[in-house]
Amino acid sequence: MSRVPHQPPENPKGMVKITYVDSHGASRDVEAEDGSTVMESAIRSSVPEIVAECGGACACATCHVYVGEEWTDIVGKPSQMEEDMLDFAYEVKPNSRLSCQIKVRAELDGMTVTTPPQQG
Amino acid sequence: MSDVIETDVLIVGAGPIGLFAVFELGLLDIRAHLVDILPKAGGQCSELYPEKPIYDIPGFPIVTGQGLVENLEKQIEPFHPTFHFGEMVESLTPAGTGLAPRFRIATDGGKTFEVKSVVIAAGGGSFQPKRPPIAGIEAYEGKSVFYAVRKMEEYRGRDIVIVGGGDSALDWTLNLQPLAKRLTLVHRRDDFRAAPHSVNAMRELVGAGKMDLIIGQTGKLKGDDGQLSSVTIKGNDGAEKEVACDRLIPFFGLTMKLGPVANWGLNLHENLVPVDTEKFETNVPGIFAVGDINTYPGKLKLILSGFHEVALAAQKVHRYVYPDKKLTFQYTTSSTSLQKKLGVA
Repeated sequence: MSRVPHQPPENPKGMVKITYVDSHGASRDVEAEDGSTVMESAIRSSVPEIVAECGGACACATCHVYVGEEWTDIVGKPSQMEEDMLDFAYEVKPNSRLSCQIKVRAELDGMTVTTPPQQG
Repeated sequence: MSDVIETDVLIVGAGPIGLFAVFELGLLDIRAHLVDILPKAGGQCSELYPEKPIYDIPGFPIVTGQGLVENLEKQIEPFHPTFHFGEMVESLTPAGTGLAPRFRIATDGGKTFEVKSVVIAAGGGSFQPKRPPIAGIEAYEGKSVFYAVRKMEEYRGRDIVIVGGGDSALDWTLNLQPLAKRLTLVHRRDDFRAAPHSVNAMRELVGAGKMDLIIGQTGKLKGDDGQLSSVTIKGNDGAEKEVACDRLIPFFGLTMKLGPVANWGLNLHENLVPVDTEKFETNVPGIFAVGDINTYPGKLKLILSGFHEVALAAQKVHRYVYPDKKLTFQYTTSSTSLQKKLGVA
């Protein structure tokens, strides 16, 4: 649990690498901006399978992702509001999160998230 | 059969743009009725983000979705719009001529309207129940799978499975449990969004052995010719349980679908309605599309764009409603006639 999956890098530009794996297994690396959200970074880079119907208001459950197992502790648990919204997501697992509620920060550099086969 | 409601304009959708359309039409003496599938005004603002601050409404450095809707409702009060909530416009039949169009509109609630113009302000379409990710569920929909309860008697003596953890799921659990042969509530976690008193009432019923609660997800459906006989529930502990079921009611929230708009004879482009940028009229004279549902070169899906669109559309609607009247442009700041309409003169 104490192992840090990735050494926090020197990060002068404030960019953080996030890997999005789609439901077919294809992966895309995105340089996400520190302070943006994992959903916004996906939309900006046209990552498929993240719909974000409500635009990031935590009101729709269509930006559902599975956080890579070794990252769940660092990312943390969903808030109560997010848990409520996850009720509407498909195939919810213990590592399910709404990507609009995950803020990109340096310690997430190298994180992998996987999208489910279907969004709400 | 109900009487036909005759008015000038029917506005489809009571979101912020539909509401402001009442204002712009009202200034031009055009009466409007609004139809919306939701039980209240506000569309996405009320349904998706009532508490979220919006920062790009001109003149409001910050306003919540609900706050904006309440202000718009107040702003259009002088024009006494008539709302028809909880109904969806199902069909739209053109009548009349290109210069003097008439439209006959029917809702799924059994109302019929006859109007001179239609303003579609339906945003992302109508909010409809989300279909849960259960393989083959389509085959049972409308026969033994329902997304809303219309007649409670339908459920007497049935093996009912309800899925969900919000107020709809809990309310119907409590309402149908006394009628059911056996009722099972399925939710993915042992924590409910519904009002605590209904959750407590449900837990008491479970404690008394009068219904079942399973924490898990719905898996396989079994049945014949649209009639369910059982569902398999996968518990969060991994155990699978087959539960007798001839009525399944999943509550997975709402999603937006274009819906019947697609069948009204309008040109569509990727589920949006193309319009011109002078009048925001569709390919059918007399039918306008404003707000998120329309598309044109440079379109931005912003509330402020929708406000602009209805102001321009209203000018052309005036020509259909009052073909013989000349429209003079006036300001609310100086025109006593506009101020009279607003009840401030």
